[in-house]
Amino acid sequence: MNITKRLVSGTVVASVIALGTAFAEPADDTLTLNEETEMVTTTAAPAHIADVVDTIYSGWHFRGEETRRMQEDDFDNPGMIFVEQAMDAWETPEGTENKSCATCHEAAEDSMVGVRATYPKWNEAAGEVRTVEMQINECRENRMGAEPWKYTGGDMVNMTALIASVSRGLPVNVAIDGPAQSTWEAGKDLYYTRTGQLELSCANCHEDNYGNMIRADHLSQGQINGFPVYRLKNTKLNSVHARFKGCVRDTRAETYKPGSPEFVALELYVASRGNGLSVEGPSIRN
Amino acid sequence: MAKDVKPRVKVPKTAAVGDAVTLKTLISHKMESGQRKDKEGNLIPRSIINRFTCDFNGENVIDVTMEPAISTNPYFEFEAVVPEAGEFKFTWYDDDGSVYETAKSIKVG
Amino acid sequence: MKLTRRDAIALGAGAVVVAALPVHAMAPGDEQIAAFTGGADIAEGGVTLNAPEIAENGNTVPIEVSADGAAEIMVLALGNPTPPVATFKFGPLSASRSASTRIRLAQTQDILAVAKMEDGSFAKATATVKVTIGGCGG
Repeated sequence: MNITKRLVSGTVVASVIALGTAFAEPADDTLTLNEETEMVTTTAAPAHIADVVDTIYSGWHFRGEETRRMQEDDFDNPGMIFVEQAMDAWETPEGTENKSCATCHEAAEDSMVGVRATYPKWNEAAGEVRTVEMQINECRENRMGAEPWKYTGGDMVNMTALIASVSRGLPVNVAIDGPAQSTWEAGKDLYYTRTGQLELSCANCHEDNYGNMIRADHLSQGQINGFPVYRLKNTKLNSVHARFKGCVRDTRAETYKPGSPEFVALELYVASRGNGLSVEGPSIRN
Repeated sequence: MAKDVKPRVKVPKTAAVGDAVTLKTLISHKMESGQRKDKEGNLIPRSIINRFTCDFNGENVIDVTMEPAISTNPYFEFEAVVPEAGEFKFTWYDDDGSVYETAKSIKVG
Repeated sequence: MKLTRRDAIALGAGAVVVAALPVHAMAPGDEQIAAFTGGADIAEGGVTLNAPEIAENGNTVPIEVSADGAAEIMVLALGNPTPPVATFKFGPLSASRSASTRIRLAQTQDILAVAKMEDGSFAKATATVKVTIGGCGG
């Protein structure tokens, strides 16, 4: 793109955002779950983005008082009712092998600790970076002989909520080097590429303008440590790829599909921008 | 019966006689308001939980008439007096005639 | 006097305005309030209604109502397609005559809580909640 076009489109975007500019500080608040688990919702940015941002914030800091409080108690958090539904599914035998998750993994509260924090990650045997959803379906198809779940369907998002919930409080720590590196770089590329009629990249909003208001919305840094997210807007759990799809559509671009290599790469990159924040899922957002 | 309706309640394990305790209840239910339209533009009919009650050892604590303006996955928090050990019974009544129930005991000490 | 075309248009416009004026304008919620109180006076005060100033999302707005000595509290959302939200009837084992819940608000509006006290009197409180459309829904 030549310099003139970039300047013009940059100016257009800048003026669109400037028109509604109001900066609101991320809320000065701390999150403790169930009066016992202290959560890290803000910390120094990881080295790989330290040149563009000092401090990283969980999306929790950008929501209103009542929403932040709702997340403090596992009872008040409506996302947890779906975790309970997933616990039932965890115990239910399925497929040609008539196995349940519990058959191999026993109690989720033990075996799944730490999983959410390190995903997406490189799977040597498969020769690719895997998300939690991909790994769940691999287990279902190859070990249970069961039908794979729809990537963003209810069964799947409930199960990822269960898996996230037992890692709450642990720091996100996804690997960005080694065999995962090329996927990570592809994700980084996507993050910084402008797309769509509105010619917006993820960075335009979530790196350049977090804290500003976009119409009536308080822009966050776009961290995904809190996923899957119970959105007040649709009163259900939402997965990372479903949210990516929505964001891409909002720039009026042709969106990638949930589960696609592009979104897997983007998820790895975006997760790494939150390295150090506590796993928070299922969280509550607008 | 509506799909996947699951009640949860939070009741303290013990209380002193005469104490006021906080009870919290949540039930997963769509609460279809009757205002939404489907893809063809037809109104999706109302289908909500229209009443919630809480009793303790047979005596009423609260009786809530619920309208479509109650959010999906209805949540209530309220207080009850505990005169003796016993059981809290929670009941939700669905438009379609289903009744969802759950109970939790409390000790006094 | 000869009716000019200008006069005729002015007359017609006036008639339209008059026809549009509601003869008996009932404010939203009036019907439910009348049914609840039977037309009795409603005092201000004695009822607490907590609601956020700006709703995070109109689909799920947390509210709390309480009134010492109330037998029943009715909550109305005066700007919703239909105002009724919930009516809390407190039984003999109720402690603080208070309740919290989460409600749907279609737009910026006033919420009204009317309490029927045990002595048969009525009291109310209102709260204004701003409901916005977010910037980037996704």
